[in-house]
Amino acid sequence: MAKVNIKIEGISYEVEAGLTILEAAKACGYEIPSLCAFNHGECSNGSCRVCLVEATGARGLVASCVYPVAEGMEIRIGSPAAVEARRASVELLLSNHNINCQQCDKNGQCELLHVAHLVGARENRFVGAKTPVSIDELTPSIVRDTSKCILCGRCIARCQNAHGLGILGFENRGFRTIVSPAENRSMANSPCILCGQCVSVCPTGALMEKSEIGKVDAAFKAGKHVVVQTAPAVRAALGEEFGMPVGTPVTGKMVAALRRLGFAKVYDTNFAADLTIMEEGTELLNRIKNNGVLPMITSCSPGWINYAEYNYGDLLDHLSSCKSPHQMQGAILKSYYAEQKGIDPKDIFVVSIMPCTAKKDEKEREQLKVNGLPDVDAVLTTRELARMIKRAGIMFTRLPDEEFDADIMGDYTGAGVIFGVTGGVMEAALRTVYFVLTGEEHGAIKFEAVRGFDGIREASLDINGMTVNVAIAHGMKNAKVLLDEIREGKSKYHFIEVMGCPGGCIAGGGQPIIRSCFLPNEDDDILDTYKEKRAQALYSEDERQTLRQSHKNPQVKALYDEFLGEPNSHKAHELLHTTYKAREGFND
Amino acid sequence: MAHISENGAKKICEICDRYADEKTPLMMILSDIQNEYGYIPLEVQELVSKKTGLSVAEIYGVVTFYSFFSLEPKGKYIIGCCLGTACYVKGAQQIVDKFSEILGIKPGETTADGLFTLDALRCIGACGIAPAVTINGKVYPKMTVDRVPEVVAEYRALGGAN
Repeated sequence: MAKVNIKIEGISYEVEAGLTILEAAKACGYEIPSLCAFNHGECSNGSCRVCLVEATGARGLVASCVYPVAEGMEIRIGSPAAVEARRASVELLLSNHNINCQQCDKNGQCELLHVAHLVGARENRFVGAKTPVSIDELTPSIVRDTSKCILCGRCIARCQNAHGLGILGFENRGFRTIVSPAENRSMANSPCILCGQCVSVCPTGALMEKSEIGKVDAAFKAGKHVVVQTAPAVRAALGEEFGMPVGTPVTGKMVAALRRLGFAKVYDTNFAADLTIMEEGTELLNRIKNNGVLPMITSCSPGWINYAEYNYGDLLDHLSSCKSPHQMQGAILKSYYAEQKGIDPKDIFVVSIMPCTAKKDEKEREQLKVNGLPDVDAVLTTRELARMIKRAGIMFTRLPDEEFDADIMGDYTGAGVIFGVTGGVMEAALRTVYFVLTGEEHGAIKFEAVRGFDGIREASLDINGMTVNVAIAHGMKNAKVLLDEIREGKSKYHFIEVMGCPGGCIAGGGQPIIRSCFLPNEDDDILDTYKEKRAQALYSEDERQTLRQSHKNPQVKALYDEFLGEPNSHKAHELLHTTYKAREGFND
Repeated sequence: MAHISENGAKKICEICDRYADEKTPLMMILSDIQNEYGYIPLEVQELVSKKTGLSVAEIYGVVTFYSFFSLEPKGKYIIGCCLGTACYVKGAQQIVDKFSEILGIKPGETTADGLFTLDALRCIGACGIAPAVTINGKVYPKMTVDRVPEVVAEYRALGGAN
């Protein structure tokens, strides 16, 4: 790699050629305040003007996030002119910002406020017109507030990079510029899949999840029997909100916190993940045996389901008819559980803690209702749960480790835990499908080939002389490759796992925000490593489980014996399966 | 999605195909569509999105960034009133106001019968004949407020919306 010699604040350094000043400075131990620059150039429009520095050879001050270093360049970050210019840039951003921090859920993790502190923007020097407050809260998942937007473009870049969708874009020009779907229409009337990746990169409160904490409060107040379930990925990240190292599994403390928040029962969605494997595995085997539609594609991720309905209406037969795990669990809670406990299903209020914003939308789907009742009544993101815990004054790190409630749906296997990471559903399915087809366990419980973070992974498994071809994709850009193959009749796979968010649920749109500036004890490159760390938290929990295959879950077995009959039975179909419908993206 | 006629869709696809080899074809495609149809509604943008793989939001962003592109149909006669410095000091604002009053539209709008669009322009480089007005390219030099009604009447007489 070619090197160039530069000076920063008069000190000589040798850095890689081709770096931006911002990157080079970081390598030399200088952090230049910045906003629009994000994640190794995933977004760098040079538009926010927060990272201005002095550099020889340049005319005026330069935006260090886009300006490359050159041989002999002398850079001043702390010169009076540079310091003053950065402060003015931030003050200008603040002059057109709807400053009501106490009302904003981003408070505490707002990068604009953080940068304002760094550059010393204290007074309101610039007063003038402001972008009008226009709030789009028509989707059940995401709230978009133009008055909080600083036009950095990160959300636009993320939607493109993860999904190739580009739902959001800059529109109009000059002061009238906003970031929105075409025609400033609601995200609800666009082909947005509601995954929340845009929310996870937004530096301010312009894009947030739509909070349902109020709904949960109301249910408690109304004296409902409030039952909570937690998705596997939540335990891998919740601790971050309380200063614990990224990748710390906090299952026990999370359960303890939920109990102290007053939930009547604390269950693990993993129980239903095991149930999903029984249903989905059986469905797959039936499709293979009966020359059904193949490849079959998983249906756990509601962001993916939205994408399929908007873009691949002709391939919906390929989707497994299985509801996603938390919907299955809700359906069982309001049927079998209600029956066993003698509670009217109408009095049961099911809360799902999910790493996901699309789950909020999913629970509203008409196709998921049983006898007019929704399976799940409220969905809280990992972030919202953290807010509830903080609000109640619970000192999370000092909580004891407690166990999930053990009755009826308390057991779960390691197979269910790994649902939270890309490749996990596939691995869990393979563990069970192998057993069902051969009558014996696969020698190695781990299926290494399906692990990892490559965008598309594939594996072939020899089962009783039959070769089963599987593939995994995460992020819709990758899924599209496999889907186009199917459309062209060229797909060689039997079974495909698709997850909406890159990395799977551990990096879902409802997970704690990862920014090195708010995680002082983590390495600088935490944005590069957090997915692996969270994934490791799940794989380690899988390894600690004595039961690691879904078909070994004793309470799932009991559920079939006592209530459902067998996988894919008539009753199972009524409660645990669903339908899909092609949809037009730009609907008015 | 509202519907474009089969012929219209074919034409749009043809325009997109013209620039299939270009690295960044969007501006050329939009420019041709604007010239051909006089405006670029969302349905057309969706079609361009399908053909080019660019997102609708990105295309919409470009259409709303450049004032040359229009989301609404323009009138048969496009009245351009120069509001550059020279024309302005010679009373161009009153001329715009008079057109507005007679046609019942604001600058940037089109009459309901589709006959006239009123545009307020920045300097068109005709300062020597200020205040200048152009109608579909024909220049009206040293325009006066009094002459506005007769000019409008002249075009009304020609009539014939698209």
